[in-house]
Amino acid sequence: MKPAPFEYTLAETVEEAIALLDDGDGDAMIIAGGQTLMPMMALRMARPERVVDINGIEELAGISEDADEVIIKACTRQTAALESKLVANRLPLLAKAIAFVGHQQTRNRGTVGGSLSLGDPASEIPLAALTMNAYVTLRSVEGSRTVPMGEFFLGPMMTACESNELMVSVHFPCRVDDQRVGTSFHEVNERHGDFAIVAAAAQIHLNDKDVCTGAAVAIGGAHDRPVRIPGLEAKLVGNKIDAEVIQSALQEISKTIDPFDDQHAGADYRRHTAEILAERAINDAVADANGDAQ
Amino acid sequence: MSKHDIVVTVNGKKVAGSVEPRMSLLDFLRSEIGLTGTHMGCEHGVCGACSVLVDDVPLRSCLMLAVQAHNHAITTVEGLCNEDGSTGELQDAFRDAHGMQCGYCTPGMLISAHALLESNKDPSVDDIKEAIGGNLCRCTGYVQIIEAIQLAASRKMEAGPS
Repeated sequence: MKPAPFEYTLAETVEEAIALLDDGDGDAMIIAGGQTLMPMMALRMARPERVVDINGIEELAGISEDADEVIIKACTRQTAALESKLVANRLPLLAKAIAFVGHQQTRNRGTVGGSLSLGDPASEIPLAALTMNAYVTLRSVEGSRTVPMGEFFLGPMMTACESNELMVSVHFPCRVDDQRVGTSFHEVNERHGDFAIVAAAAQIHLNDKDVCTGAAVAIGGAHDRPVRIPGLEAKLVGNKIDAEVIQSALQEISKTIDPFDDQHAGADYRRHTAEILAERAINDAVADANGDAQ
Repeated sequence: MSKHDIVVTVNGKKVAGSVEPRMSLLDFLRSEIGLTGTHMGCEHGVCGACSVLVDDVPLRSCLMLAVQAHNHAITTVEGLCNEDGSTGELQDAFRDAHGMQCGYCTPGMLISAHALLESNKDPSVDDIKEAIGGNLCRCTGYVQIIEAIQLAASRKMEAGPS
């Protein structure tokens, strides 16, 4: 349970970190909070030749906002996001999701960007970010690019972040308009704080006639990556959301996900639980939009 | 692999070392400076037995590299003792309420409970459960651990602000 040997550099600037990644030619990895990478190295699932520490780079931490979005720098601790009033006010779904991430000891060290970068299919921040149409900014020696969450997760622990790219920030668009927005996050796990066996996130917009004008519903832990359910969302938009609409929409989940068996649960259980949790998430998001306590 | 020189403040004392990058903070504390109060459990961040305070914040020492602790202040379970080496008030409460059986998880529980009581003088049972949620105990069923933390909190309240 010890990592294989590696060289270590504490990077002082983003430029230094991305130069080291580029020099590493695929064998260098970034360490931020280390809450996923350290276990991966201990289990020898990851064997980088060089670990580049970005904890000393001040410009990679912090939360800011403008009219259109909230920006969380990649190396911002999960605890900082969870305790942020800005996140609570403008990104309520993210706050609800982070409450399920690990424990205080891991959230105090783990980062928002790290959780996204490593792309565990059962982890909560990727699921929330996907539901919220977030996008990330990646930097390499070749320059900077942005990738939307819908194109970011490629498979279990596989993302669009290339081996020479450093995630610098996560951008959460937030609609500021007169429509009511409600969010909800539900999860089943073995112990609070563990990775989800199955999780569901919902963000629902209603107009003043209670008609759904926007819906984002995503499932985690029941596919090789977190996944939105576009067919379900399409059946909610344009309707007043009632039990009949929801039951019809839930049929779309099993057409979209391809769950797996593991030591925690079978594929059938995951398929069934995904529908139950999505139903709860949609109902609670509607209640939240209506101002009812969940 | 090249070694790195580090200086870490452990329980108020400065300690210097030369470490391989792959050495965890946990291994540094136990093997390099002989503070074996911090226990090694799973070594991949699941059990919480290795919890320590880094700059007063509870973390898992198996998930942090020793080299990353350079210029930081660590408090281990030994640091919760009184200056004369006798057990501190939280440790006494664990003894009096029998908040342990085999004792393996106890150092991590004490660190988590200490961090809780530093920020919350009168925690509810739910606050306590949340605070020790990342610490596995396979013996007690947790009830006596929660009672021990409640006992420590009530004793601190009775004693008044220190």
